[in-house]
Amino acid sequence: MTTTAIRYRYIKQTVFFGLVRLSAFILALALGGILAYIIVHGISALSWEFVTQPPREAMTKGGIMPAIVGTFYLTVGAIAVGLPLGIVSAVYLTEYARQGPVIRVIRIGINCLAGVPSVVFGLFGLGFFVVMLKFGSSILAGSLTLGFLILPTIIGASEEALKSVPQTFREASLALGVSKWQTILRIVLPTALPGILTGSILGLGRAAGETAPIMFTAAAFFTAKLPTSVFDEVMALPYHIYVLATAGTNIEETRPLQYGTVLVLILLVLGIDLVAILIRATIRRRKKW
Amino acid sequence: MNRKQKEAVIRAVFFSFALVSILILGLIVVSLFREGLPLFRQVSVKDFLFGMEWYPTYDPPSFGIWPLIVGSVIVTVLATLIAIPIGILTAVYIAEVAPPLLKDVFKSVIELLAGLPSVVLGFFGMVVVAPWLQDTFDLPTGLNIVNASLILALMAVPTIASISEDAIYAVPREYKEASYALGATTHETILRVVIPSALSGISTAVILGMSRAIGETMVVLMVAGGAAAIPESLFDSVRPMPASIAAEMGEAPFRSLHYQALFATGMVLFFITLAFNLVADYISNKFKEVGSGTL
Repeated sequence: MTTTAIRYRYIKQTVFFGLVRLSAFILALALGGILAYIIVHGISALSWEFVTQPPREAMTKGGIMPAIVGTFYLTVGAIAVGLPLGIVSAVYLTEYARQGPVIRVIRIGINCLAGVPSVVFGLFGLGFFVVMLKFGSSILAGSLTLGFLILPTIIGASEEALKSVPQTFREASLALGVSKWQTILRIVLPTALPGILTGSILGLGRAAGETAPIMFTAAAFFTAKLPTSVFDEVMALPYHIYVLATAGTNIEETRPLQYGTVLVLILLVLGIDLVAILIRATIRRRKKW
Repeated sequence: MNRKQKEAVIRAVFFSFALVSILILGLIVVSLFREGLPLFRQVSVKDFLFGMEWYPTYDPPSFGIWPLIVGSVIVTVLATLIAIPIGILTAVYIAEVAPPLLKDVFKSVIELLAGLPSVVLGFFGMVVVAPWLQDTFDLPTGLNIVNASLILALMAVPTIASISEDAIYAVPREYKEASYALGATTHETILRVVIPSALSGISTAVILGMSRAIGETMVVLMVAGGAAAIPESLFDSVRPMPASIAAEMGEAPFRSLHYQALFATGMVLFFITLAFNLVADYISNKFKEVGSGTL
Protein backbone atom coordinates (compact mmCIF):
# COMPACT_ATOMS: atom_id res chain seq x y z
CA MET A 1 0.00 0.00 0.00
CA THR A 2 1.33 3.45 -0.87
CA THR A 3 2.00 6.06 1.78
CA THR A 4 -0.66 8.40 0.41
CA ALA A 5 -3.28 5.67 0.69
CA ILE A 6 -2.27 5.03 4.27
CA ARG A 7 -2.31 8.73 5.07
CA TYR A 8 -5.74 8.99 3.42
CA ARG A 9 -7.08 6.19 5.62
CA TYR A 10 -5.56 7.83 8.65
CA ILE A 11 -7.24 11.15 7.84
CA LYS A 12 -10.58 9.42 7.30
CA GLN A 13 -10.19 7.64 10.63
CA THR A 14 -9.42 10.92 12.40
CA VAL A 15 -12.34 12.74 10.78
CA PHE A 16 -14.75 9.91 11.59
CA PHE A 17 -13.77 9.75 15.23
CA GLY A 18 -13.87 13.52 15.37
CA LEU A 19 -17.48 13.50 14.18
CA VAL A 20 -18.44 10.72 16.57
CA ARG A 21 -16.97 12.56 19.56
CA LEU A 22 -18.47 15.85 18.35
CA SER A 23 -22.00 14.39 18.28
CA ALA A 24 -21.78 13.07 21.81
CA PHE A 25 -20.24 16.35 22.89
CA ILE A 26 -23.07 18.37 21.28
CA LEU A 27 -25.64 16.37 23.22
CA ALA A 28 -23.85 16.81 26.52
CA LEU A 29 -23.46 20.51 25.76
CA ALA A 30 -27.16 20.87 24.92
CA LEU A 31 -28.22 19.20 28.17
CA GLY A 32 -25.65 21.14 30.19
CA GLY A 33 -26.52 24.41 28.47
CA ILE A 34 -30.24 24.08 29.04
CA LEU A 35 -29.80 23.10 32.68
CA ALA A 36 -27.28 25.85 33.35
CA TYR A 37 -29.45 28.48 31.69
CA ILE A 38 -32.53 27.49 33.69
CA ILE A 39 -30.60 27.27 36.95
CA VAL A 40 -28.88 30.64 36.47
CA HIS A 41 -32.15 32.40 35.65
CA GLY A 42 -34.40 30.49 38.02
CA ILE A 43 -32.35 30.40 41.18
CA SER A 44 -33.16 33.99 42.16
CA ALA A 45 -36.91 33.28 42.05
CA LEU A 46 -36.58 30.33 44.40
CA SER A 47 -37.46 31.01 47.99
CA TRP A 48 -39.38 29.39 50.79
CA GLU A 49 -42.37 31.64 49.96
CA PHE A 50 -42.22 30.64 46.30
CA VAL A 51 -42.85 26.96 47.07
CA THR A 52 -45.25 27.48 49.99
CA GLN A 53 -47.49 30.35 48.81
CA PRO A 54 -50.29 30.38 46.22
CA PRO A 55 -50.05 32.79 43.26
CA ARG A 56 -51.28 36.33 43.87
CA GLU A 57 -52.48 39.27 41.77
CA ALA A 58 -53.62 37.35 38.68
CA MET A 59 -50.57 35.08 38.88
CA THR A 60 -48.05 37.90 38.48
CA LYS A 61 -46.74 37.48 42.01
CA GLY A 62 -46.65 34.92 44.79
CA GLY A 63 -45.68 31.27 44.66
CA ILE A 64 -46.59 28.00 43.06
CA MET A 65 -47.60 25.83 45.99
CA PRO A 66 -50.97 24.67 44.53
CA ALA A 67 -49.18 23.55 41.35
CA ILE A 68 -46.62 21.54 43.34
CA VAL A 69 -49.39 19.89 45.33
CA GLY A 70 -51.41 19.18 42.17
CA THR A 71 -48.45 17.60 40.39
CA PHE A 72 -47.78 15.50 43.49
CA TYR A 73 -51.34 14.13 43.55
CA LEU A 74 -51.43 13.48 39.81
CA THR A 75 -48.08 11.69 39.87
CA VAL A 76 -48.93 9.53 42.87
CA GLY A 77 -52.28 8.72 41.24
CA ALA A 78 -50.58 7.78 37.97
CA ILE A 79 -48.20 5.41 39.75
CA ALA A 80 -51.07 3.90 41.73
CA VAL A 81 -52.75 3.08 38.41
CA GLY A 82 -49.70 2.17 36.33
CA LEU A 83 -47.57 0.19 38.79
CA PRO A 84 -49.90 -2.72 39.66
CA LEU A 85 -51.15 -3.07 36.07
CA GLY A 86 -47.60 -2.91 34.74
CA ILE A 87 -46.07 -5.41 37.17
CA VAL A 88 -48.83 -7.96 36.68
CA SER A 89 -48.60 -7.61 32.87
CA ALA A 90 -44.84 -8.05 33.02
CA VAL A 91 -45.12 -11.13 35.27
CA TYR A 92 -47.48 -12.74 32.79
CA LEU A 93 -45.22 -11.93 29.84
CA THR A 94 -42.02 -13.20 31.44
CA GLU A 95 -43.20 -16.03 33.70
CA TYR A 96 -46.31 -17.52 32.12
CA ALA A 97 -46.49 -16.65 28.44
CA ARG A 98 -45.23 -19.05 25.81
CA GLN A 99 -44.23 -17.78 22.40
CA GLY A 100 -47.26 -17.59 20.13
CA PRO A 101 -49.59 -15.31 18.22
CA VAL A 102 -51.40 -14.08 21.36
CA ILE A 103 -48.18 -12.91 22.98
CA ARG A 104 -47.09 -11.38 19.71
CA VAL A 105 -50.31 -9.33 19.61
CA ILE A 106 -49.92 -8.25 23.25
CA ARG A 107 -46.34 -7.13 22.59
CA ILE A 108 -47.35 -5.18 19.49
CA GLY A 109 -50.13 -3.62 21.55
CA ILE A 110 -47.69 -2.49 24.26
CA ASN A 111 -45.30 -1.05 21.65
CA CYS A 112 -48.12 0.82 19.94
CA LEU A 113 -49.41 2.14 23.27
CA ALA A 114 -45.90 3.44 23.99
CA GLY A 115 -46.05 5.34 20.70
CA VAL A 116 -49.40 7.04 21.20
CA PRO A 117 -48.79 10.83 21.21
CA SER A 118 -49.33 12.51 24.56
CA VAL A 119 -51.98 14.86 23.14
CA VAL A 120 -53.95 11.85 21.91
CA PHE A 121 -53.83 10.49 25.46
CA GLY A 122 -55.26 13.85 26.46
CA LEU A 123 -58.11 13.50 23.96
CA PHE A 124 -58.70 9.92 25.13
CA GLY A 125 -58.83 11.06 28.75
CA LEU A 126 -61.26 13.81 27.82
CA GLY A 127 -63.49 11.58 25.68
CA PHE A 128 -63.44 8.58 28.01
CA PHE A 129 -62.90 9.65 31.64
CA VAL A 130 -64.13 13.23 31.59
CA VAL A 131 -67.08 12.86 29.21
CA MET A 132 -68.14 9.22 28.98
CA LEU A 133 -67.53 8.23 32.61
CA LYS A 134 -68.49 11.76 33.79
CA PHE A 135 -65.48 12.22 36.10
CA GLY A 136 -65.22 15.81 34.93
CA SER A 137 -61.85 17.55 34.79
CA SER A 138 -60.35 16.05 37.94
CA ILE A 139 -57.39 14.44 39.69
CA LEU A 140 -59.05 11.08 39.04
CA ALA A 141 -59.33 11.58 35.26
CA GLY A 142 -55.81 13.02 35.03
CA SER A 143 -54.23 10.26 37.13
CA LEU A 144 -55.88 7.51 35.12
CA THR A 145 -54.79 9.13 31.85
CA LEU A 146 -51.20 9.53 33.07
CA GLY A 147 -51.22 6.02 34.56
CA PHE A 148 -52.11 4.52 31.19
CA LEU A 149 -49.49 6.73 29.53
CA ILE A 150 -46.66 5.37 31.70
CA LEU A 151 -47.91 1.76 31.62
CA PRO A 152 -45.58 0.70 28.74
CA THR A 153 -42.57 2.21 30.55
CA ILE A 154 -43.38 0.26 33.70
CA ILE A 155 -44.04 -2.99 31.81
CA GLY A 156 -40.70 -2.62 29.99
CA ALA A 157 -38.74 -1.93 33.17
CA SER A 158 -40.45 -4.72 35.10
CA GLU A 159 -39.88 -7.24 32.31
CA GLU A 160 -36.21 -6.41 32.21
CA ALA A 161 -35.94 -6.79 35.98
CA LEU A 162 -37.82 -10.12 35.95
CA LYS A 163 -35.70 -11.48 33.11
CA SER A 164 -32.54 -10.70 35.02
CA VAL A 165 -33.57 -13.07 37.84
CA PRO A 166 -31.45 -16.18 37.22
CA GLN A 167 -33.37 -19.23 36.02
CA THR A 168 -31.65 -21.33 38.71
CA PHE A 169 -33.53 -19.39 41.42
CA ARG A 170 -36.84 -20.53 39.96
CA GLU A 171 -35.61 -24.09 39.44
CA ALA A 172 -34.35 -24.36 43.02
CA SER A 173 -37.73 -23.23 44.32
CA LEU A 174 -39.71 -25.53 42.05
CA ALA A 175 -37.43 -28.45 42.98
CA LEU A 176 -38.45 -27.99 46.61
CA GLY A 177 -42.04 -28.60 45.58
CA VAL A 178 -43.12 -24.97 45.73
CA SER A 179 -45.88 -24.08 43.30
CA LYS A 180 -45.26 -21.73 40.40
CA TRP A 181 -47.36 -18.94 41.93
CA GLN A 182 -45.56 -19.21 45.27
CA THR A 183 -42.23 -19.20 43.45
CA ILE A 184 -43.14 -15.98 41.68
CA LEU A 185 -44.48 -14.35 44.82
CA ARG A 186 -41.71 -15.39 47.23
CA ILE A 187 -38.64 -15.75 45.02
CA VAL A 188 -38.92 -14.01 41.66
CA LEU A 189 -40.70 -10.79 42.60
CA PRO A 190 -38.60 -9.97 45.70
CA THR A 191 -35.41 -10.53 43.70
CA ALA A 192 -36.63 -8.35 40.86
CA LEU A 193 -38.19 -5.67 43.06
CA PRO A 194 -35.34 -3.13 43.14
CA GLY A 195 -35.11 -3.26 39.34
CA ILE A 196 -38.87 -2.90 38.98
CA LEU A 197 -38.92 0.08 41.32
CA THR A 198 -36.07 1.94 39.62
CA GLY A 199 -37.75 1.50 36.25
CA SER A 200 -40.99 2.71 37.73
CA ILE A 201 -39.33 5.79 39.19
CA LEU A 202 -38.44 6.75 35.62
CA GLY A 203 -42.15 6.42 34.80
CA LEU A 204 -42.87 8.65 37.78
CA GLY A 205 -40.59 11.35 36.37
CA ARG A 206 -42.33 11.15 33.04
CA ALA A 207 -45.78 11.46 34.63
CA ALA A 208 -44.69 14.51 36.62
CA GLY A 209 -43.45 16.33 33.53
CA GLU A 210 -46.23 15.65 31.04
CA THR A 211 -48.47 18.54 30.03
CA ALA A 212 -50.66 17.60 27.08
CA PRO A 213 -52.41 14.63 28.75
CA ILE A 214 -53.58 16.72 31.71
CA MET A 215 -54.54 19.88 29.81
CA PHE A 216 -58.09 18.69 29.17
CA THR A 217 -58.39 16.12 31.95
CA ALA A 218 -57.18 17.63 35.21
CA ALA A 219 -55.31 20.90 35.00
CA ALA A 220 -56.82 24.16 36.13
CA PHE A 221 -55.65 27.54 34.88
CA PHE A 222 -55.79 28.89 38.41
CA THR A 223 -57.18 27.72 41.71
CA ALA A 224 -55.89 28.94 45.04
CA LYS A 225 -57.62 26.27 47.09
CA LEU A 226 -56.12 22.85 47.48
CA PRO A 227 -58.08 19.83 46.28
CA THR A 228 -60.32 18.12 48.81
CA SER A 229 -61.43 15.15 46.72
CA VAL A 230 -60.27 13.20 43.67
CA PHE A 231 -63.00 14.92 41.67
CA ASP A 232 -61.37 18.34 42.07
CA GLU A 233 -59.38 20.13 39.40
CA VAL A 234 -55.81 20.98 40.31
CA MET A 235 -53.05 23.26 39.13
CA ALA A 236 -49.97 21.40 37.86
CA LEU A 237 -46.38 22.55 37.38
CA PRO A 238 -46.01 21.77 33.64
CA TYR A 239 -49.34 23.37 32.76
CA HIS A 240 -48.58 26.36 34.98
CA ILE A 241 -45.37 26.95 33.01
CA TYR A 242 -47.28 26.80 29.74
CA VAL A 243 -49.94 29.18 31.00
CA LEU A 244 -47.47 31.71 32.39
CA ALA A 245 -45.28 31.60 29.27
CA THR A 246 -48.06 31.93 26.71
CA ALA A 247 -51.27 33.22 28.22
CA GLY A 248 -50.33 35.16 31.33
CA THR A 249 -51.50 38.71 31.83
CA ASN A 250 -47.98 40.03 31.49
CA ILE A 251 -45.62 37.50 29.96
CA GLU A 252 -42.43 39.55 30.11
CA GLU A 253 -42.97 40.73 33.66
CA THR A 254 -43.63 37.23 35.01
CA ARG A 255 -40.45 35.77 33.45
CA PRO A 256 -38.78 35.33 36.86
CA LEU A 257 -41.81 33.32 38.02
CA GLN A 258 -41.60 31.26 34.84
CA TYR A 259 -37.90 30.50 35.30
CA GLY A 260 -38.51 29.63 38.92
CA THR A 261 -41.35 27.24 38.06
CA VAL A 262 -39.29 25.59 35.30
CA LEU A 263 -36.42 25.15 37.75
CA VAL A 264 -38.71 23.53 40.34
CA LEU A 265 -40.12 21.16 37.71
CA ILE A 266 -36.64 20.25 36.44
CA LEU A 267 -35.32 19.67 39.94
CA LEU A 268 -38.32 17.44 40.60
CA VAL A 269 -38.20 15.41 37.38
CA LEU A 270 -34.44 15.13 36.91
CA GLY A 271 -34.02 14.60 40.65
CA ILE A 272 -36.40 11.63 40.38
CA ASP A 273 -34.58 10.33 37.28
CA LEU A 274 -31.15 10.76 38.84
CA VAL A 275 -32.19 8.81 41.94
CA ALA A 276 -33.39 5.98 39.70
CA ILE A 277 -30.16 5.99 37.69
CA LEU A 278 -28.01 5.95 40.84
CA ILE A 279 -30.01 3.17 42.49
CA ARG A 280 -29.74 1.11 39.35
CA ALA A 281 -25.98 1.59 39.17
CA THR A 282 -25.69 0.48 42.81
CA ILE A 283 -27.81 -2.61 42.20
CA ARG A 284 -25.69 -3.58 39.21
CA ARG A 285 -22.53 -3.25 41.22
CA ARG A 286 -23.85 -5.21 44.19
CA LYS A 287 -25.36 -8.04 42.19
CA LYS A 288 -23.72 -11.32 43.17
CA TRP A 289 -25.21 -13.68 40.61
CA MET B 1 -59.89 -26.02 44.96
CA ASN B 2 -56.81 -28.11 44.42
CA ARG B 3 -53.42 -26.74 43.60
CA LYS B 4 -53.66 -27.29 39.87
CA GLN B 5 -56.96 -25.45 39.60
CA LYS B 6 -55.62 -22.65 41.71
CA GLU B 7 -52.61 -22.26 39.45
CA ALA B 8 -54.89 -22.19 36.40
CA VAL B 9 -57.03 -19.46 37.94
CA ILE B 10 -53.96 -17.35 38.79
CA ARG B 11 -52.65 -17.80 35.30
CA ALA B 12 -55.95 -16.66 33.82
CA VAL B 13 -56.03 -13.57 36.06
CA PHE B 14 -52.50 -12.60 35.03
CA PHE B 15 -53.40 -13.16 31.39
CA SER B 16 -56.39 -10.85 31.61
CA PHE B 17 -54.18 -8.14 33.14
CA ALA B 18 -51.69 -8.57 30.31
CA LEU B 19 -54.50 -7.74 27.91
CA VAL B 20 -54.99 -4.33 29.53
CA SER B 21 -52.63 -2.60 27.06
CA ILE B 22 -54.69 -3.88 24.14
CA LEU B 23 -57.86 -2.85 25.95
CA ILE B 24 -56.53 0.70 26.43
CA LEU B 25 -55.62 0.93 22.74
CA GLY B 26 -59.17 -0.16 21.97
CA LEU B 27 -60.62 2.43 24.35
CA ILE B 28 -58.48 5.14 22.75
CA VAL B 29 -59.87 4.25 19.33
CA VAL B 30 -63.44 4.10 20.66
CA SER B 31 -63.20 7.48 22.44
CA LEU B 32 -61.63 9.21 19.46
CA PHE B 33 -64.25 7.78 17.10
CA ARG B 34 -67.15 8.52 19.42
CA GLU B 35 -66.23 12.19 19.74
CA GLY B 36 -64.68 12.71 16.30
CA LEU B 37 -66.69 10.72 13.76
CA PRO B 38 -69.89 12.84 13.96
CA LEU B 39 -67.91 15.56 12.16
CA PHE B 40 -68.11 13.57 8.95
CA ARG B 41 -71.88 13.84 8.84
CA GLN B 42 -71.31 17.47 7.85
CA VAL B 43 -67.80 17.64 6.47
CA SER B 44 -66.59 15.14 3.90
CA VAL B 45 -63.43 13.14 4.65
CA LYS B 46 -61.83 14.62 1.54
CA ASP B 47 -62.58 18.22 2.54
CA PHE B 48 -61.31 17.50 6.03
CA LEU B 49 -58.01 15.87 5.06
CA PHE B 50 -57.20 17.89 1.95
CA GLY B 51 -59.04 21.16 2.63
CA MET B 52 -56.62 24.08 2.46
CA GLU B 53 -58.37 26.24 5.02
CA TRP B 54 -58.45 25.77 8.78
CA TYR B 55 -60.84 28.46 10.01
CA PRO B 56 -62.69 26.63 12.79
CA THR B 57 -64.16 29.76 14.40
CA TYR B 58 -65.21 31.66 11.27
CA ASP B 59 -68.79 31.86 10.07
CA PRO B 60 -69.17 29.65 8.11
CA PRO B 61 -66.30 27.63 9.57
CA SER B 62 -63.86 25.68 7.44
CA PHE B 63 -62.24 22.48 8.68
CA GLY B 64 -59.45 21.61 6.25
CA ILE B 65 -56.43 20.18 8.08
CA TRP B 66 -54.06 19.98 5.09
CA PRO B 67 -51.97 22.96 6.34
CA LEU B 68 -51.74 21.26 9.75
CA ILE B 69 -50.64 17.97 8.18
CA VAL B 70 -48.03 19.80 6.08
CA GLY B 71 -46.83 21.63 9.19
CA SER B 72 -46.45 18.35 11.09
CA VAL B 73 -44.63 16.65 8.22
CA ILE B 74 -42.18 19.52 7.66
CA VAL B 75 -41.08 19.91 11.28
CA THR B 76 -40.87 16.13 11.69
CA VAL B 77 -38.77 15.56 8.56
CA LEU B 78 -36.42 18.43 9.36
CA ALA B 79 -36.08 17.31 12.98
CA THR B 80 -35.36 13.75 11.85
CA LEU B 81 -32.71 14.91 9.37
CA ILE B 82 -30.94 16.72 12.22
CA ALA B 83 -31.44 13.92 14.74
CA ILE B 84 -30.32 10.96 12.59
CA PRO B 85 -26.59 11.80 12.27
CA ILE B 86 -26.27 13.04 15.86
CA GLY B 87 -28.24 10.12 17.28
CA ILE B 88 -26.43 7.38 15.36
CA LEU B 89 -22.95 8.88 15.84
CA THR B 90 -23.61 9.25 19.57
CA ALA B 91 -24.73 5.63 19.67
CA VAL B 92 -21.48 4.64 17.92
CA TYR B 93 -19.55 6.71 20.43
CA ILE B 94 -21.18 5.04 23.43
CA ALA B 95 -21.08 1.51 22.05
CA GLU B 96 -17.69 1.45 20.33
CA VAL B 97 -15.52 4.46 21.11
CA ALA B 98 -16.02 5.84 24.62
CA PRO B 99 -13.90 4.59 27.53
CA PRO B 100 -15.99 2.70 30.14
CA LEU B 101 -16.39 5.63 32.52
CA LEU B 102 -17.53 8.09 29.84
CA LYS B 103 -19.83 5.40 28.45
CA ASP B 104 -21.89 5.51 31.65
CA VAL B 105 -21.75 9.29 31.78
CA PHE B 106 -23.08 9.68 28.24
CA LYS B 107 -25.73 7.02 28.78
CA SER B 108 -26.96 9.10 31.70
CA VAL B 109 -26.81 12.26 29.58
CA ILE B 110 -29.12 10.63 27.05
CA GLU B 111 -31.45 9.36 29.73
CA LEU B 112 -31.65 12.78 31.39
CA LEU B 113 -32.20 14.45 28.03
CA ALA B 114 -35.06 12.02 27.37
CA GLY B 115 -36.40 12.85 30.81
CA LEU B 116 -36.55 16.61 30.27
CA PRO B 117 -40.24 17.55 30.27
CA SER B 118 -41.37 18.73 26.85
CA VAL B 119 -42.80 21.93 28.32
CA VAL B 120 -39.32 22.81 29.58
CA LEU B 121 -37.81 22.33 26.13
CA GLY B 122 -40.65 24.36 24.62
CA PHE B 123 -39.99 27.10 27.14
CA PHE B 124 -36.27 27.04 26.30
CA GLY B 125 -37.15 27.35 22.61
CA MET B 126 -39.32 30.37 23.37
CA VAL B 127 -36.94 32.32 25.58
CA VAL B 128 -33.56 31.37 24.09
CA VAL B 129 -33.74 29.92 20.59
CA ALA B 130 -36.49 32.23 19.29
CA PRO B 131 -34.81 35.58 20.12
CA TRP B 132 -31.50 34.21 18.84
CA LEU B 133 -33.03 33.15 15.50
CA GLN B 134 -34.87 36.43 15.22
CA ASP B 135 -31.72 38.53 15.74
CA THR B 136 -29.34 36.36 13.72
CA PHE B 137 -31.50 36.06 10.63
CA ASP B 138 -33.41 39.32 11.06
CA LEU B 139 -36.83 37.67 11.10
CA PRO B 140 -40.26 38.99 12.11
CA THR B 141 -40.57 36.06 14.55
CA GLY B 142 -38.27 33.39 15.93
CA LEU B 143 -41.21 31.05 16.49
CA ASN B 144 -40.99 29.07 13.27
CA ILE B 145 -40.20 25.78 11.52
CA VAL B 146 -36.46 25.93 12.20
CA ASN B 147 -36.92 26.56 15.90
CA ALA B 148 -39.49 23.76 16.30
CA SER B 149 -37.33 21.34 14.29
CA LEU B 150 -34.22 22.04 16.37
CA ILE B 151 -36.04 21.40 19.64
CA LEU B 152 -37.88 18.36 18.27
CA ALA B 153 -34.54 16.97 17.08
CA LEU B 154 -33.26 17.27 20.63
CA MET B 155 -36.25 15.19 21.75
CA ALA B 156 -35.83 12.57 19.01
CA VAL B 157 -32.09 12.10 19.55
CA PRO B 158 -32.36 10.17 22.86
CA THR B 159 -34.81 7.71 21.27
CA ILE B 160 -32.62 7.22 18.21
CA ALA B 161 -29.37 7.04 20.18
CA SER B 162 -30.51 4.60 22.85
CA ILE B 163 -32.19 2.11 20.49
CA SER B 164 -29.32 2.36 17.96
CA GLU B 165 -26.84 1.77 20.76
CA ASP B 166 -28.61 -1.43 21.75
CA ALA B 167 -28.55 -2.57 18.11
CA ILE B 168 -24.84 -1.76 17.70
CA TYR B 169 -24.01 -3.39 21.00
CA ALA B 170 -25.79 -6.57 19.85
CA VAL B 171 -23.59 -7.00 16.76
CA PRO B 172 -21.60 -10.22 17.39
CA ARG B 173 -17.95 -9.70 18.22
CA GLU B 174 -16.91 -12.25 15.59
CA TYR B 175 -18.04 -9.85 12.85
CA LYS B 176 -15.72 -7.14 14.10
CA GLU B 177 -12.85 -9.55 14.68
CA ALA B 178 -13.22 -10.89 11.17
CA SER B 179 -13.09 -7.37 9.81
CA TYR B 180 -10.00 -6.47 11.83
CA ALA B 181 -8.35 -9.72 10.75
CA LEU B 182 -8.77 -8.60 7.14
CA GLY B 183 -6.81 -5.45 7.95
CA ALA B 184 -9.69 -3.00 8.19
CA THR B 185 -9.29 0.01 10.45
CA THR B 186 -11.69 0.80 13.29
CA HIS B 187 -13.70 3.31 11.32
CA GLU B 188 -13.91 1.01 8.30
CA THR B 189 -15.13 -1.78 10.56
CA ILE B 190 -17.74 0.46 12.13
CA LEU B 191 -18.98 1.91 8.84
CA ARG B 192 -18.88 -1.24 6.70
CA VAL B 193 -19.54 -4.02 9.19
CA VAL B 194 -21.05 -2.85 12.45
CA ILE B 195 -23.56 -0.30 11.18
CA PRO B 196 -24.81 -2.48 8.28
CA SER B 197 -25.30 -5.40 10.71
CA ALA B 198 -27.20 -3.16 13.10
CA LEU B 199 -29.21 -1.51 10.32
CA SER B 200 -32.59 -3.03 11.20
CA GLY B 201 -32.25 -1.85 14.78
CA ILE B 202 -31.09 1.58 13.63
CA SER B 203 -34.02 1.84 11.21
CA THR B 204 -36.40 0.96 14.04
CA ALA B 205 -34.74 3.65 16.13
CA VAL B 206 -35.17 6.27 13.41
CA ILE B 207 -38.83 5.40 12.84
CA LEU B 208 -39.60 5.55 16.56
CA GLY B 209 -37.72 8.84 16.79
CA MET B 210 -39.86 10.25 13.96
CA SER B 211 -42.99 8.93 15.62
CA ARG B 212 -41.98 10.72 18.81
CA ALA B 213 -41.36 13.96 16.89
CA ILE B 214 -44.65 13.94 14.99
CA GLY B 215 -46.69 13.32 18.14
CA GLU B 216 -44.84 15.78 20.35
CA THR B 217 -47.18 18.50 21.47
CA MET B 218 -45.81 21.12 23.84
CA VAL B 219 -42.77 22.00 21.71
CA VAL B 220 -44.74 22.65 18.54
CA LEU B 221 -47.45 24.37 20.54
CA MET B 222 -44.97 26.82 22.06
CA VAL B 223 -42.36 27.40 19.35
CA ALA B 224 -43.82 26.58 15.91
CA GLY B 225 -45.62 29.93 15.73
CA GLY B 226 -49.14 28.67 15.09
CA ALA B 227 -49.92 29.90 11.56
CA ALA B 228 -52.34 27.48 9.88
CA ALA B 229 -51.04 28.05 6.37
CA ILE B 230 -48.78 26.23 3.94
CA PRO B 231 -45.29 27.66 4.70
CA GLU B 232 -43.18 29.19 1.94
CA SER B 233 -39.87 29.24 3.74
CA LEU B 234 -38.22 27.42 6.64
CA PHE B 235 -38.53 30.60 8.69
CA ASP B 236 -42.32 30.65 8.37
CA SER B 237 -44.63 29.74 11.23
CA VAL B 238 -46.64 26.53 11.08
CA ARG B 239 -49.38 24.91 13.13
CA PRO B 240 -48.70 21.17 13.39
CA MET B 241 -51.65 18.92 14.29
CA PRO B 242 -50.83 18.40 18.00
CA ALA B 243 -50.44 22.16 18.47
CA SER B 244 -53.82 22.80 16.93
CA ILE B 245 -55.51 20.24 19.19
CA ALA B 246 -53.85 21.46 22.37
CA ALA B 247 -54.35 25.15 21.63
CA GLU B 248 -57.99 25.01 20.59
CA MET B 249 -59.57 22.26 22.68
CA GLY B 250 -59.95 24.59 25.64
CA GLU B 251 -62.09 27.06 23.74
CA ALA B 252 -64.03 24.71 21.44
CA PRO B 253 -67.62 24.40 22.73
CA PHE B 254 -68.49 20.87 23.92
CA ARG B 255 -69.51 18.60 21.01
CA SER B 256 -69.46 21.47 18.50
CA LEU B 257 -68.14 20.83 14.99
CA HIS B 258 -64.87 22.41 16.09
CA TYR B 259 -64.58 20.00 19.06
CA GLN B 260 -65.35 17.08 16.76
CA ALA B 261 -62.83 18.30 14.19
CA LEU B 262 -60.12 18.37 16.87
CA PHE B 263 -60.93 14.78 17.84
CA ALA B 264 -60.86 13.84 14.15
CA THR B 265 -57.41 15.47 13.92
CA GLY B 266 -56.43 13.32 16.90
CA MET B 267 -57.61 10.27 14.94
CA VAL B 268 -55.33 11.22 12.03
CA LEU B 269 -52.41 11.69 14.43
CA PHE B 270 -53.16 8.40 16.21
CA PHE B 271 -53.24 6.38 13.00
CA ILE B 272 -50.05 7.99 11.66
CA THR B 273 -48.10 7.10 14.81
CA LEU B 274 -49.75 3.66 14.92
CA ALA B 275 -48.51 3.01 11.38
CA PHE B 276 -45.00 4.19 12.32
CA ASN B 277 -44.96 1.85 15.30
CA LEU B 278 -46.28 -1.14 13.36
CA VAL B 279 -43.62 -0.62 10.68
CA ALA B 280 -40.92 -0.30 13.34
CA ASP B 281 -42.16 -3.49 14.99
CA TYR B 282 -42.22 -5.31 11.64
CA ILE B 283 -38.67 -4.28 10.76
CA SER B 284 -37.22 -5.15 14.13
CA ASN B 285 -38.80 -8.61 14.01
CA LYS B 286 -38.27 -9.41 10.37
CA PHE B 287 -34.58 -8.65 10.32
CA LYS B 288 -33.76 -9.78 13.82
CA GLU B 289 -30.24 -11.19 14.03
CA VAL B 290 -30.56 -14.73 15.37
CA GLY B 291 -27.22 -15.94 16.64
CA SER B 292 -24.02 -16.01 14.68
CA GLY B 293 -22.13 -18.74 12.91
CA THR B 294 -19.40 -20.21 15.08
CA LEU B 295 -16.94 -23.00 14.60
